[in-house]
Amino acid sequence: MADVSLRKVIKRYDDVEAVRGIDLDIADHEFIVLVGPSGCGKSTTLRMIAGLEDISDGDIMIGGDVVNDVPPKDRDIAMVFQNYALYPHMTVAENMSFGLRLKHYPKAEIKARVTEAARLLDITDLIDRKPKQLSGGQRQRVAMGRAIVRNPKVFLFDEPLSNLDAKLRVQMRIEIKKVHQKVRTTTVYVTHDQVEAMTLADRVVVMNKGRIEQIGTPNELYHKPATRFVAGFIGSPAMNFIPCRLEDAGGTLQIRLTDRIAFALPPARAARYNVLPRTDKLLLGIRPEHLTEAHAHLEPGVETFDTVLDVTEPMGMETLVYFTLDGTPVCGRVNPNAGARDGAPMRLAMDLNNMHLLNEESGVVL
Amino acid sequence: MSTLTIDKAGPTRKVKYGSMSRDRAWALRWSYFFLVLFAIFFLTPPLYMLITSLKSSAEISAATNPWWVFHPTLSNYIELLSSNQFLRFFWNSAIVSTVVVIITMLISVPAAFALARMKFWGSATLATGVFLTYLVPDSLLFIPLFKMLALVQDYTGITLLNRWYVLLFVYPTLTVPFCTWIMIGYFASIPKELDEAAIIDGASWLQTLLRIFIPVALPGLIAATIFAFTVSWAQFLYPLVFTTSVDQLVLPVGITTTLIKGDVFNWGQIMTGALLGAAPPLIIYAFLMDYYIAGLTAGATKG
Repeated sequence: MADVSLRKVIKRYDDVEAVRGIDLDIADHEFIVLVGPSGCGKSTTLRMIAGLEDISDGDIMIGGDVVNDVPPKDRDIAMVFQNYALYPHMTVAENMSFGLRLKHYPKAEIKARVTEAARLLDITDLIDRKPKQLSGGQRQRVAMGRAIVRNPKVFLFDEPLSNLDAKLRVQMRIEIKKVHQKVRTTTVYVTHDQVEAMTLADRVVVMNKGRIEQIGTPNELYHKPATRFVAGFIGSPAMNFIPCRLEDAGGTLQIRLTDRIAFALPPARAARYNVLPRTDKLLLGIRPEHLTEAHAHLEPGVETFDTVLDVTEPMGMETLVYFTLDGTPVCGRVNPNAGARDGAPMRLAMDLNNMHLLNEESGVVL
Repeated sequence: MSTLTIDKAGPTRKVKYGSMSRDRAWALRWSYFFLVLFAIFFLTPPLYMLITSLKSSAEISAATNPWWVFHPTLSNYIELLSSNQFLRFFWNSAIVSTVVVIITMLISVPAAFALARMKFWGSATLATGVFLTYLVPDSLLFIPLFKMLALVQDYTGITLLNRWYVLLFVYPTLTVPFCTWIMIGYFASIPKELDEAAIIDGASWLQTLLRIFIPVALPGLIAATIFAFTVSWAQFLYPLVFTTSVDQLVLPVGITTTLIKGDVFNWGQIMTGALLGAAPPLIIYAFLMDYYIAGLTAGATKG
């Protein structure tokens, strides 16, 4: 077990910078998820920690030691690959014990570790089977078992659930979380699935175009995104971004969305945004869950407006409603009993206590 | 079947939709037809050899039906198998082929691994180069090769020419490039994550090769072995050029040089020798085919 630190890590392929100076401190026992769209450099970062890719510049430290030039086998890490990468000619037990056998561990200890890992992952019955006799989920368990038996300082997961079907993915996600709670090994996990990131991570690292956009707990990222990219990436359906501007109206600060629609800001928000120039082009960021049907009794800071719905999507526990404000598509989540229908007019409520204000040009959340 | 009329207006036969099994039945009929045709074509010569090998010289030259044995005799077999000379050829062939297979595998497997996996400067060009050397015909190579070996012999004083073991140096020029090429293909088909997993598990390059790549690419390894053995066993030009003394000859050259005296062809023994010579590759094929299990890589990754 160990902490992992990245200092200004850069990866260049010829002229292209895939990773552009990453600083990241991962504490001992922590579960860190690197998340981002494909090509954002998250897998490259993981492979540099593993030692499978050389780093072009910067330092990587595991347990306080700089490992830039240490080969993968001496970094004391274990990795689980997207396509499992099990050795096809070996049984499950042989697959799991391969690393230990290479290091000439005593037979009794190998057996004990394999048995323990198999018990932990619930694959004791499969121990003598070959990989081709296993299902996808079972193979992924064996791949995890191969990592666990080595008792490494760091676990690295490279999109381990991408090859599984949706139901199994949810199941294995819980399984991975349980295993981490038991073994408490420092873990770096790469995924493009923000739900996986949110559910598994102690802290999530959102990456985009080779840079880190934001590091934070799942709740921080959800409630206090730093940039438009993070705000739009975390949460499903994605946050709405509505062009707007600030106005002074009779001593109160208000936000104008369209010619028809303008809301007075709640006092706390008004105080925060009062310093902004009124001429700035701004975006109102509001999550669909904060755009609901209007109730008779309104909380302070909740404002209502009338609109005509374009499309509705009944999800069972909620109904997603889609409409446009001055040409900008907007999504809201209403109660299934609120009477939302395609093409029907509806009165909606916007919870401005949970709004975000972004600079349209820089994408920074203000 | 005197006339065949074709209705130009359109097909007279009603098109049956969804008749996959019908298409399949026809495909099968054609397959059988051509397979039987090819089998007859290729099996007739060995059958003729077998028939001839069971005849006495007198019966071979007699004007009887050449496709039937009237007085079967094993005298050709007995004579050859009790001839020290023939057994010597057999022994020379066996030892040359076996050692060449070993040398070939020892060179081409690590070479293929390096070319397929250890990306180094010029590895792609080298891989193509290896294949190109295979394209040079041996009938062009044997003169410079002879010259080279003669030079080595002159400088070192080690007798190489006209010794069976010279073939151990010469045959690999044929087998190594092709086997390397086959193995590059097999190794390249192994998913990259498999060696990365091995590297992280702590395996060195050599351990990755021996404990992961060779077992996983076993079908390819067997294919390469069969190829190397067949080439060495059947090679004719090189032994004809590089060896001349009777006790240094390998089987194909031995049979033709000792059983054809001037214009006298000892057909019975030639056929017997050829049949006996074909036996070892046949046995090796039959034995190795059992291990030639395709799809051994199934289950390594998502499949």
